[in-house]
Amino acid sequence: MSARESLLEVDNLKVEFHTDDGVVYAVDGVSYSIRPGTTLGIVGESGSGKSVSALTTLGLTRGKRTRVSGRILFEGRDLLTLPDDELREIRGDDIAMIFQDPLSSLHPFYKVGYQLMEAVLMHRSVSKAAARDRAIDLLELVGIPDPHRRVDSYPHEFSGGMRQRAMIAMALANEPKLLIADEPTTALDVTVQAQILALLEDLQQRLGMAVIIITHDLGVVAEIADEIAVMYAGRIIEHASSERIFATPQHPYTWGLLKSIPRLDTPRSEDLVPISGRPPSLINRPSGCHFHPRCPYVRDGHKRVDPKLEPVPGEFGHEVACLLPAPLRKQIWQGLQAGRTPDELRRLVDDKPAPEAVAAAQPADEAGA
Amino acid sequence: MTTYIIRRLLWVIALLFGVSLVTFVIFYLLPSANPALLRAGHQPTAALIKAITHQLGLDKPWYVQYLDYMKALVLHFNFGYSYQYQTPVKTMIFSRLPATISLALGAAVIWLVSGIIVGTISAIRPRSRFDRSMMGAALVAISAPPYWLGLVSLFLFSTSVGRFPILPGAGSYVPLTQNPVHWFTGLIMPWLVLAASFAAIYARLLRGNLMEVMSEDYIRTARAKGVPERRVILRHGIRSAITPLVSAAGVDIGVLLGGVILVEQVFTIPGIGGLAYQSILNGDLPMIQGTVLLGAFFIVVMNLIVDIGYAFIDPRVRYS
Repeated sequence: MSARESLLEVDNLKVEFHTDDGVVYAVDGVSYSIRPGTTLGIVGESGSGKSVSALTTLGLTRGKRTRVSGRILFEGRDLLTLPDDELREIRGDDIAMIFQDPLSSLHPFYKVGYQLMEAVLMHRSVSKAAARDRAIDLLELVGIPDPHRRVDSYPHEFSGGMRQRAMIAMALANEPKLLIADEPTTALDVTVQAQILALLEDLQQRLGMAVIIITHDLGVVAEIADEIAVMYAGRIIEHASSERIFATPQHPYTWGLLKSIPRLDTPRSEDLVPISGRPPSLINRPSGCHFHPRCPYVRDGHKRVDPKLEPVPGEFGHEVACLLPAPLRKQIWQGLQAGRTPDELRRLVDDKPAPEAVAAAQPADEAGA
Repeated sequence: MTTYIIRRLLWVIALLFGVSLVTFVIFYLLPSANPALLRAGHQPTAALIKAITHQLGLDKPWYVQYLDYMKALVLHFNFGYSYQYQTPVKTMIFSRLPATISLALGAAVIWLVSGIIVGTISAIRPRSRFDRSMMGAALVAISAPPYWLGLVSLFLFSTSVGRFPILPGAGSYVPLTQNPVHWFTGLIMPWLVLAASFAAIYARLLRGNLMEVMSEDYIRTARAKGVPERRVILRHGIRSAITPLVSAAGVDIGVLLGGVILVEQVFTIPGIGGLAYQSILNGDLPMIQGTVLLGAFFIVVMNLIVDIGYAFIDPRVRYS
């Protein structure tokens, strides 16, 4: 994908926080790009660096103790080297962002309308009356009933779903080219989640903006993302079109995410499979493949070799950072889909005379997939 | 809201009754001096003391005295006569009140302005040289007792005894109505001495609050929508961080209006604090009652104002 056709291009982004406890490698060499009007889902658990990479796009992680390297090209301009005031002009205008918890993300002491007007007035030289009219229009756009009255409400007088709608309205105030939604539905009830996602999808189609949705929940992006990047410990470990992520996922972590989503079409007898262990410390990261302490299919060599993000043979645009051989990965995924547990499938990996011979040997498949 | 205010006002009255009763009881249980003895001259005779005791009504049981006192107060707004000065307590207090109000409010303006400015700069540049030196100075200001600070500043800067005679010293208070310029210059040093520790406390309080607020989600939202940092701090940050200061300031000003005893003594300002102090030494019960009630009145009223003001500062607070 060339820089010309992509709206945002993130290239080898690294973000380090220098804390008293040590250096936190929050984002470690992340690259992705997004074309106008498309949706990218960034998926990972808390502490995977997904939010930090987004906040860095807007310069919101800038600080004395933060080291950022790489490039973030937005319409050809590198946002990382842009002076603070020029970046400020882009924030809320060309690139807007919404956040996880709409209650804490709105100022409790100001009326919703005032906060919307401020978003307009920061970037457009219009009268206050015009900004207020715009605020009412925006509330109407995001489906808040009775916007003429609601414009004078305080955030605490809104329900959770309405607050997130108000946040979305604020983000859309200046018709951004790119909307970054950081866990937009996490703090909401399930029924409201669906409404907010539908609203985002509808607005994207109407306004033609690109959307980055950051979430820990693959189910959230399943419907609306064109592409999905899975992050773990500050890196993208799998990246593909949405269809491919769900049809032929390659990384054991992605399998874990998929298997831990409850689905209506799976047999009731089948248990959800949680990913064991906890997210790694980003100060003292595991050696080798960062996922190896939690990976059911780990081999000895994986503790020493750090996998690179590489194309999956035969799958255009699908990249994965995994040391397991591609045929074996396919076999394990088929086994998981057939309802086998990771413990059973572990034998496929183990069943070798010596770990060193693994790379050369063919997978012995006694059980049959 | 209206019923809330009415309910609170009734409580204010009940509280003031309670305060007056407690003052009365304390005076009888722990007498500071025998008022009759103090008034009987150098060679008091038993008969004279008895006569004075009777004249002051001190030979009646204390509850009868209390009822008499309250009857005069409630029916005629009469605080009685000072044993010491032979003048109505009300007149004495009202003549002393302007000096105390001048001192307390002037100091409040200084400590609020300086505390907010220092606290804000320290919060947005934590660990900077400014922050470190100001927080160090704040610690000194909090630790320094005002009477000591008052004496040191008199010794250093007063035109009478100072090493660097630049400001009028003790006894230079004149009422505002008499000469506004001298009123101002005469109060500069007392204001600064009184404001020092408060400014330090408020600066530290605001610094802590603002640092916490600046990491709130809604600050991130403001930045994300392109609000310039200056406006983020002033409109979004301080707006939230200052709320606890408002309640603290209300109570502190209320306490000071009740009499700034030490600073008034050091700078010989004829205020309520000095009056209260003298009346305790002289066993001047009506005057003690008057000054205590006045102090309690200011504290509860300022508390009430703060509580009601909160509903306007924080829209989430609604009284019912």
